[in-house]
Amino acid sequence: MADLTSTFVGIKSPNPFWLASAPPTDKEYNVRRAYEAGWGGVVWKTLGEEGPPVVNVNGPRYGAIWGADRRLLGLNNIELITDRPLEVNLREIKAVKRDYPDRALVVSLMVPCEEAAWKAILPLVEETGADGVELNFGCPHGMSERGMGSAVGQVPEYIEMVTRWVKQNSRMPCIVKLTPNITDIRKPAEAAKRGGADAVSLINTINSITSVDLDLFAPEPTIDGKGAHGGYCGPAVKPIALNMVAEIARSPETRGMPISGIGGVTTWRDAAEFMALGAGNVQVCTAAMTYGFKVVQEMISGLSQYLDEKGVGLSDLVGRAVPNVSDWQNLNLNAISKAKIDQDLCISCGRCYAACEDTSHQAIAMSPDRVFTVKDDECVACNLCVNVCPVEGCISMERMDIGATDPRTGKVVPAEFGDWTTHPNNPMARAAE
Amino acid sequence: MDARQLAGGIRAGRLEPQALEEGFSDLHPPYDDHEALVAADRCYFCHDAPCATACPTSIDIPLFIRQIATGTPEAAAKTILSQNILGGMCARVCPTETLCEEVCVREVAEGKPVEIGRLQRYATDRIMARNIHPFERAAPTGKRVVVVGAGPAGLSCAHRLAMKGHDVVILDARAKPGGLNEFGIAAYKSTDDFAAREVDWLLGIGGITIETGRMLGRDLTLTELTSDYDAVFLGLGLGGVNTLGIEGDDREGVLNAVEFISELRQAGDLSALPVGRDVVVIGGGMTAVDAAVQAKLLGALNVTIVYRRSQARMAASAFEQELAQAKGVRIICNATPKGVHGNGAVREIEFEFTDDDLTPTGESFRLPADQVFRAIGQSLVTEGLPVLAGRKIAVEGPGRTSLPGVWAGGDCAAGGDDLTVTAVAEGRDAAEDIHATLMR
Repeated sequence: MADLTSTFVGIKSPNPFWLASAPPTDKEYNVRRAYEAGWGGVVWKTLGEEGPPVVNVNGPRYGAIWGADRRLLGLNNIELITDRPLEVNLREIKAVKRDYPDRALVVSLMVPCEEAAWKAILPLVEETGADGVELNFGCPHGMSERGMGSAVGQVPEYIEMVTRWVKQNSRMPCIVKLTPNITDIRKPAEAAKRGGADAVSLINTINSITSVDLDLFAPEPTIDGKGAHGGYCGPAVKPIALNMVAEIARSPETRGMPISGIGGVTTWRDAAEFMALGAGNVQVCTAAMTYGFKVVQEMISGLSQYLDEKGVGLSDLVGRAVPNVSDWQNLNLNAISKAKIDQDLCISCGRCYAACEDTSHQAIAMSPDRVFTVKDDECVACNLCVNVCPVEGCISMERMDIGATDPRTGKVVPAEFGDWTTHPNNPMARAAE
Repeated sequence: MDARQLAGGIRAGRLEPQALEEGFSDLHPPYDDHEALVAADRCYFCHDAPCATACPTSIDIPLFIRQIATGTPEAAAKTILSQNILGGMCARVCPTETLCEEVCVREVAEGKPVEIGRLQRYATDRIMARNIHPFERAAPTGKRVVVVGAGPAGLSCAHRLAMKGHDVVILDARAKPGGLNEFGIAAYKSTDDFAAREVDWLLGIGGITIETGRMLGRDLTLTELTSDYDAVFLGLGLGGVNTLGIEGDDREGVLNAVEFISELRQAGDLSALPVGRDVVVIGGGMTAVDAAVQAKLLGALNVTIVYRRSQARMAASAFEQELAQAKGVRIICNATPKGVHGNGAVREIEFEFTDDDLTPTGESFRLPADQVFRAIGQSLVTEGLPVLAGRKIAVEGPGRTSLPGVWAGGDCAAGGDDLTVTAVAEGRDAAEDIHATLMR
């Protein structure tokens, strides 16, 4: 079994699966259960400054969307930071860390944008023996209305300023958690780096309304007839998170900066994908909230098996796909493929036909006895048929051999690489050298 | 072993009421809401779907399943009922395993089709429970059409004609409408008086009058009908039952399976219904299975279906055969009845083994029997009817008979399978043709 021991910004944990700062990590009871279930670390749910705690709504705070068999695909929440007194949280953090010294325990923080507020809370956290802090610059609801959370994360200058305060007033590793509710994720990451952050974690939740009650005409979750946007997470946000992680991993300004990947991690495979795109570890919330803490056991066994089969170590996986994340203009236009339908696997549902005929390139033929075949002279290899086919592996994209003639264009498939930057149709094309 | 079960002869009360109730409960219990959503989600929404092509009434199955999946079972029901007004009964009795579900791409792919029949029941039950009749009658045309037979073909034809604005009178020989839906289907396929409730719901369209106890040939003639009405639709089914044609066929205890099924369906108290200890059913179709399984459920100790050809050639579907065997019915194939023995009442029935082409082998055997059911087919009582093709009324296109102004459909008409769903399709199509003819 592969060694999953992980070191992230100097923090050791038996595996790279941490629970994200969220309801599952709000108190000692849950965190102990999480560690017992096998989680490598937790980011304790965000603490606020001393004084009367925040309050939560007393109606529904989650909304969701579902797939087949009510499989939860996306979860939205309007819960705020911890609503328990600071001293209670600190006391519990200390007790838990004492009993689980081999597990990572990072404390999420959110206090007002004043240096004094940060100066006040950091020593209290340090005193618990926690391994580090994570700055919550991401919460998109409630706290952002009070100038915290994503209100900070959307202004790179604030991120830099607060991060610097934290680094100046604490010896603890500092992870900056980023909001995805921004146009270019690289800017806040760069700001965190300038401020001295040891790492960034992303993504926090996405502004969302999950559904509308069509009788009440109110967004869900609905409280006394009204709803407010919440933060969206779960499997549905994973593609957005993967892209943002990759953007930071491959940007010259932030390359090499440790990343804790968050956003819809549900299985070992999701975690491996985040890590291949540059995440040093992953944080999980929705999967645990949907299935309980036990899910980590599948993540551990699955990632171990994968690493064993690949014959690589955990650290070899991190960032392995980053060099292959490119820009559109650099994709090889001379790599020409055609869809191919495996007639042995085809169950003749005709979805590829309907999709291609109605919405794409009319490149699939249907015979009277329901045999579906690709018309190579029309197929542009768009992949839609592959995506809508209910049978995995039935339709595949087969690359044409160099020197063959593409029946669609009548042109020979060239051997050399050719992208948009050198394409004759590109008015900005550079002359071939 | 209970003495009541071992007691010979034809007796009532072989089982406790609770066992009877369990045995005769819904064969396929209805889906609850979540089950329906999960089942609906398995549908791939195939292009030009094979299931819809296989449906004799051409229901747009992928559409109605998608309507269930999106939380609008009432819309799903309308999709179903617009093609098949008896969609509720067909959801219960259609041999889906040889129709829509047999060609479901998921049956082909994984041997587990989308459960189209049960989904159809979910949608149609929903709309009936809400007492919604989703069709409106067109403005009255002033035309009067008479429908002979209140079975599936007649009801389907009548509804479509009424919807088009015609006034319809349905005549039926029995005391209740419904035809085989009411009298000819195993009780566990149509629980809670469904057939009668469906007829009541169907009449919600308006413009249809039913007169029971009126039999063609006995109480009225076709000539009278053609002169009294603008058009006639014959959906009178098969009134006659084929006999065994062997010695002892008339012995006490030898009965028609259809009558047993009919009595059972109309029985208020199943524990008062007598059944033999050793029951033999002769035949290989759905009626044989319905009779055999129900005899077993009533408490018969030994129930045997004897069919003269091989099991693969039985008209009952593989599902029905398996159902019978699962209920403890023994199936003997390649055996032809030779004689019914007994001193007055039947005691034994003798068979000879035969090849698939019915060539006798010379080997014979006897089965103990205190009750024998004939289920070897029904036949048309043909007096005073239009020209026949074989033993049924000859029809052309949408049910046109040799007589002008007279259409026919369902089991009494030649062509098509003798299925409820086929009868519904034929009644509907004849109604469209009658309408087109009357409005020309």
